[in-house]
Amino acid sequence: MKGNIQESRGLWVFVEQNDGEAARVSLELLGKGRELSDKLEVNLTALLIGDSVTRLAEELIWYGADKVVLAEDAAFSDYRTEIYTRIISDQAKKDKPEVLIIGATPIGRDLAPRLAFKLETGCAADCTALDIDTENRLFLATRPAFGGNVMATIICPDHRPQMATVRPGVMPSSTMDNARTGEIIRIDTAQYRDMAEVEILETVSDEEEGVDIQEAERIVAIGMGANKEALDMLKELAGLLCAEVGASRRAVEAGWFSHDCQVGQTGKTVRPSMYIACGVSGAVQHTAGMSGSKLIIAINNDPKAEIFNVADYGCVGKITDIVPALIAEIKRRS
Amino acid sequence: MIIIVCIKQVPDVSEVSWDTETGSLIRTGIPSIINPCDKNAIEAALTLKEKYGGKVIILSMGPDQAEEALREAMGMGADEAVHLTSKRFAGSDTWATAYTLGLAVKKIGQYDLIVCGKEAVDGMTAQVGPELAEFLNIPQLTYAVNIDVADDRVRISQKLGSLRRVLQCRMPALITVERDANEPRIAPMDTIIEAYSKEITVWGPEDLDGDVANFGLKGSPTKLRKMYAPKLIKSKVEMLQGNREQVAAALVQILRARHIL
Repeated sequence: MKGNIQESRGLWVFVEQNDGEAARVSLELLGKGRELSDKLEVNLTALLIGDSVTRLAEELIWYGADKVVLAEDAAFSDYRTEIYTRIISDQAKKDKPEVLIIGATPIGRDLAPRLAFKLETGCAADCTALDIDTENRLFLATRPAFGGNVMATIICPDHRPQMATVRPGVMPSSTMDNARTGEIIRIDTAQYRDMAEVEILETVSDEEEGVDIQEAERIVAIGMGANKEALDMLKELAGLLCAEVGASRRAVEAGWFSHDCQVGQTGKTVRPSMYIACGVSGAVQHTAGMSGSKLIIAINNDPKAEIFNVADYGCVGKITDIVPALIAEIKRRS
Repeated sequence: MIIIVCIKQVPDVSEVSWDTETGSLIRTGIPSIINPCDKNAIEAALTLKEKYGGKVIILSMGPDQAEEALREAMGMGADEAVHLTSKRFAGSDTWATAYTLGLAVKKIGQYDLIVCGKEAVDGMTAQVGPELAEFLNIPQLTYAVNIDVADDRVRISQKLGSLRRVLQCRMPALITVERDANEPRIAPMDTIIEAYSKEITVWGPEDLDGDVANFGLKGSPTKLRKMYAPKLIKSKVEMLQGNREQVAAALVQILRARHIL
């Protein structure tokens, strides 16, 4: 809504869940949300909608929420746009939060814009950084634009709540502290049960997708510097290291990998314990998607490749030279 | 069936770069294209029209140059086109864009489906589709990889992260389409040229029945505070020396030290 600036207080996080488990991004948002609420000196409220989620509601307090607004009903077990939008907008109109953040997952990106239009407010999409301008009490949401060539900081000065969806895997997860206390507020759900306009005829888990690289602990990433003949040996290396395979944007555009493997501004952001970049030039659009990795090793034939700016260890050489030697050494030592 | 397809003309973003001297985007000389996902949306609409009959209306908000995109869409097979253009629409964020498109849809009147691409390659917000659906108070079926129609209902296969759902609802409804939904047909040059002799409806703010305060930059709840080139990270990399066997040994040593091997 336009206005209500002074009356709007509080930072809200929508917690996405599946079968009573919080999505990892929602825990990341609780962590960041705690930091931002402390800057604003307001309460952090988690919004939880689903079925059989009471236990999760209690845990969200341990993850940092001062309050949990809980809408629990069998009718809410599957994500439904119209029901979730209505529940959250009713609450927002009543309690007037100043900030509302949602994980930029497929569900989050289906929900947030619908909510933003309904609440007549602005939403910054797929943000990679959040902050508060404490002097002006403004929420600062930063996101990549123009294919990642540019970063834009967005504000929503005259409308509340200030909304943003946040890219998964960018912010560190909140830590659990079971000494924390807070309040669970149950809302009446009967009025929302029959609001669904869309029938869900079928829900299947997509097994073809394999592991979501965002969840991977180890990644071997492949770029254009690795030519096609190197692909098999790189997949073998990944297998030996129990790693998932990631790819640069150009390797995806060349048709070597599906878009789900793409790491970077227009792909996924990953934070594995190990990231080995093979033939990846390391343009900033790529490194923005993996610079949070714990151990970064880069193998590239070009000593000036930008990837060496973010790597912990690097070696200059041809993939087809180094990788077979590495595979042989791993086999020899195991 | 009457199907409205919303499209956006976008710069070919792989070509956009940052001028570090002036601190601004280098946008000149960059080709403009129909946003890739929107081509999938046009293709989906044309396929439905071929199956069930009816017409496809292309709707786009953009500067004068966007006319090229509309002509190309008509060359692909769309029947009509509506171009929303005005200086007062400039600087619209997703809310103001959805509002403006929505007013145009209301003026067009009768329709069964609105089909949009999931997201535009320049903004990559994926917000206009759902915002437009909310404005028109119709159901939204997002991330469609497949669309079909039966009686007064539309059904899609939805790619919702690691889930695949089959969703169905009554029309009118709004669908957002994924890149892998289909292979967009290429408009032959002669049909595009032919399209230039057809009439495109052009509307400005005065043609739309809405609140002018909601258009353009002034009507946008979000504002751009700052734009900058992403920072290059400079850190101390340890470069491994030696022949390939020595490098391989050093790497394995590192991986063992980190308990990866």
